[in-house]
Amino acid sequence: MTLWLWLLLSCVLAYAWKLVGYLVPASVLRNPRMSRIAGTMTIGLLASLTVVNTVASGQSLALDARLGALAAAAVALWFRAPFLVVVLAGAGAAAGLRLLGWN
Amino acid sequence: MGVEPVQAGPEAPPVRLTQSPAVRVGLSISIATGLYGVSFGALSVTSGLDFWQTMALSLLLFSGGSQFAFIGVVAGGGSGVAAMSAATLLGMRNGIYGMQLNALLRPRGWRRFAAAHVTIDESTATSTGQTDPAEQRRGFWTAGIGIFVLWNLFTAVGALAGAALGDPKQWGLDGAAVAAFLGLLWPRLKGREPVAIAVVCALATVLAVPLVPAGVPILVAAAVAAVVGWFSHGRSDEGLEPDVDPYAEQHHGHGSGRGPGEAS
Repeated sequence: MTLWLWLLLSCVLAYAWKLVGYLVPASVLRNPRMSRIAGTMTIGLLASLTVVNTVASGQSLALDARLGALAAAAVALWFRAPFLVVVLAGAGAAAGLRLLGWN
Repeated sequence: MGVEPVQAGPEAPPVRLTQSPAVRVGLSISIATGLYGVSFGALSVTSGLDFWQTMALSLLLFSGGSQFAFIGVVAGGGSGVAAMSAATLLGMRNGIYGMQLNALLRPRGWRRFAAAHVTIDESTATSTGQTDPAEQRRGFWTAGIGIFVLWNLFTAVGALAGAALGDPKQWGLDGAAVAAFLGLLWPRLKGREPVAIAVVCALATVLAVPLVPAGVPILVAAAVAAVVGWFSHGRSDEGLEPDVDPYAEQHHGHGSGRGPGEAS
């Protein structure tokens, strides 16, 4: 139940960010520093989410089949595969490595 | 696909939809982006959200990166507050897009509130990639509404399929999440500084994982990235690239993503 609460609050806040750009005078927001922080934070958060999903297991670090998924995804991206192919490559690598016995 | 004449604005002459380059780009980006809603839907239900929670994110939050962030934190055992914080921080860039689009399209009345909801990476990129104001408007609405419809449709498909799969690990769905995040990060790694920011934030995350509760390392990385953004003097649009580039075909011939080696 509390997950619903945070989820709906996230939706409200996401819409608030979007709307603020339309309602707040451009002079207030047209600040290169604001725009830069929005950009660097996007990069930082996505890098962090990639790492957490690859090596975190609760509060400890684990090296398992997910590392293979990361490598397979990187190869697919290098060859400019579409997003869905990249995701399937990651799933295939993790599932395959587990079949071979690497947790 | 419709061939009805459309009225783009009060003063614009009717134009056939299929002859508008922005509408074509908008439709193809809608299909490309909508399709990856399948992976969001499947990953969301295997992260522990139910079908309606998954649909609420796609219908109401409607911003790919933030949605993946929310389920990514929940999947890692993070709290609802941490999931909300990560999703909200990642949504900040939509405020910047809103400002750009407001200056470009000047929507009035209820359209402004509708425009805000479909203000995301891809609708912004489709619109700003055009030079003619009428095309900018058509590109924005075609991509925004098209992605909204297809993204939600394919989220539902993915959620139903994911729930039917059984053990998510057996199918490598945790690996799919890793690949999805790298896929969202990749188009933004153009040039040396974005790569440096990604590496520093990745290291900060690894160091923070054993020290703080699950979900919090992501917020630590966000704080590091914000400090870098505050002091850096890089391009002001760094990191604001769309997940799927609507104009990739024109830049590179075939294939969609852009590699990190191609600094612009």
